[in-house]
Amino acid sequence: MSSSAISRDDVAHLASLARIDLSEDELDRLGAELPAILEHVKVVQQVAGDDVPAMSHPIPVTNVLRADEVRTGLTPEQALSGAPDAEEQRFSVPQILGEE
Amino acid sequence: MTTDVTTASAASIAEAFADGDTTSVEVTQAHLERIASVDERLNAFLHVDAEGALATAAEVDARRAAGEELPALAGVPIAVKDLINTAGQPTTAGSKMLEGWIPPYDATVVTRLRAAGLPILGKTNLDEFAMGSSNEHSAYGPARNPWDTSRIPGGSSGGSAAAVAGYEAPLALGTDTGGSIRQPGAMTGIVGVKPTYGGVSRYGVIAMASSLDQVGPMARTVLDAALLHEIVAGHDPMDSTSIERPVPPVVEAARRGDVTGLRIGVVRELGGEGFQPGVQSAFDRAVEQLAQSGAEIVEVGCPSFAHGIAAYYLVMPSEVSSNLARFDAMRYGLRTVPHQGASAEQVMAASRDAGFGDEVKRRIILGTYALSSGYYDAYYGSAQKVRTLIARDFEAAFEQVDVLVSPTAPTTAWKLGEKSDDPLSMYLEDIATIPANLAGVPGLSLPVGLAEDSGLPVGVQFLAPAMADDRLYNAAAALERLVDTPKLEEVR
Repeated sequence: MSSSAISRDDVAHLASLARIDLSEDELDRLGAELPAILEHVKVVQQVAGDDVPAMSHPIPVTNVLRADEVRTGLTPEQALSGAPDAEEQRFSVPQILGEE
Repeated sequence: MTTDVTTASAASIAEAFADGDTTSVEVTQAHLERIASVDERLNAFLHVDAEGALATAAEVDARRAAGEELPALAGVPIAVKDLINTAGQPTTAGSKMLEGWIPPYDATVVTRLRAAGLPILGKTNLDEFAMGSSNEHSAYGPARNPWDTSRIPGGSSGGSAAAVAGYEAPLALGTDTGGSIRQPGAMTGIVGVKPTYGGVSRYGVIAMASSLDQVGPMARTVLDAALLHEIVAGHDPMDSTSIERPVPPVVEAARRGDVTGLRIGVVRELGGEGFQPGVQSAFDRAVEQLAQSGAEIVEVGCPSFAHGIAAYYLVMPSEVSSNLARFDAMRYGLRTVPHQGASAEQVMAASRDAGFGDEVKRRIILGTYALSSGYYDAYYGSAQKVRTLIARDFEAAFEQVDVLVSPTAPTTAWKLGEKSDDPLSMYLEDIATIPANLAGVPGLSLPVGLAEDSGLPVGVQFLAPAMADDRLYNAAAALERLVDTPKLEEVR
């Protein structure tokens, strides 16, 4: 694909990367909308020269570590309070690995 | 108090408490009644916690009666955007994904509200996960503009804006990622402030774009906003981007309101073509009033601002696609099982399709594209460089002037549905507010009256260097005295 062309198939691929099971209608609509948005935003490619550094954050971000001291956190009940499914103080999830 | 307490400012309510003229229970009850009478039309609240608010109010009243010295706004009720975690009260982010979710902990800003004794009336409507400029992207129906309920209240903090403008709450908290406090402030005729990035803790605030998000105050007066700002601002060890410096003296600045000798820069790129004539003329009149009261007005060029929207609509979706990956249907939130024996991945994809609305999906897909291999440098990388250029424009401008001004938004409030079919036209509404988020500087929107053409509120935006939030309050307080602040008579 060229710099701002994005096809319906591309949208389907992106949706699978983003783990969203889009419907056929949604794929049609996004396939039509995204090229228009990309056409507008691609101007960023022409603005800054190679000498301009990238900025990821408005302020310098450094890793912050707290003192290694025991503190009260959430109880297991609190941590699991919003879980769709839980058992034995654990999140219960559908099968992750394929059948052997 | 003899006048209707719901139209009173937070500062005057606090004074009335001190004078023994009213109680927090009385004031909180009056606001709950107002919510009961108008919120069916405004849809500003997604959840009202009458019991909790009245319990806090009664506790504050008891402490006051016992002679205890209380924080400045103790007992003054507040509304909180439903993107901000409140332990024991639902927090939906305006999304079906979090319908019925009750956070197990408070956001730091909520902890601070509780410590300061503010009864929390409830949680306000918003565009889903704060993505939108109109509130129409809420999964629970749009909040409406009290000036004209056929119109949008702005977004994404539209519920907070409608609640404050519609006298349902004297104060509210919003969040601002690209203008989501300032633009709804402008649309509904109230004050809205996006503090310096890092000035207010983001801990417990559901993340949209972490390098841009900031919590801030919404109120009907500059002083009220400052009083709330002072409560929620300040270093928080739970947020690694929180700035470890004293809170700028915002309350003192709001009381001062003196622009004599202040250098104010009018941003050349944020006006003229593309701006509604009624907005432009209200803005021009405000600038004239600032000049007459002793400010030195100069025109300032910020050429890279023209590319702000393009950079924002790459940086923001990229961060969105990464942040919203946490909604995986495994630990909390909606879980949709597409068929028996579905794998975790199939459950994830089905849940994310069912739980997210159109705008959220659009931004996740756009961000996934901008971050994907082969396009990363061309899109995300280039946008980050534009971000640097915008920050440099601000630096250069603030060498010449103390604060910058522009209209907050190019138009007044539009009709619900007017821009729904064209996402790009909605994105363009953010032109004046986005640069501050990209650079991390603070911004404030002040209502300056009604537009001659539409009869709807217009906001003027002030911008200042990082950690000089007090300059915003000083300049806005001065202008507030000069302009005819729009007064809503009744919800229409």
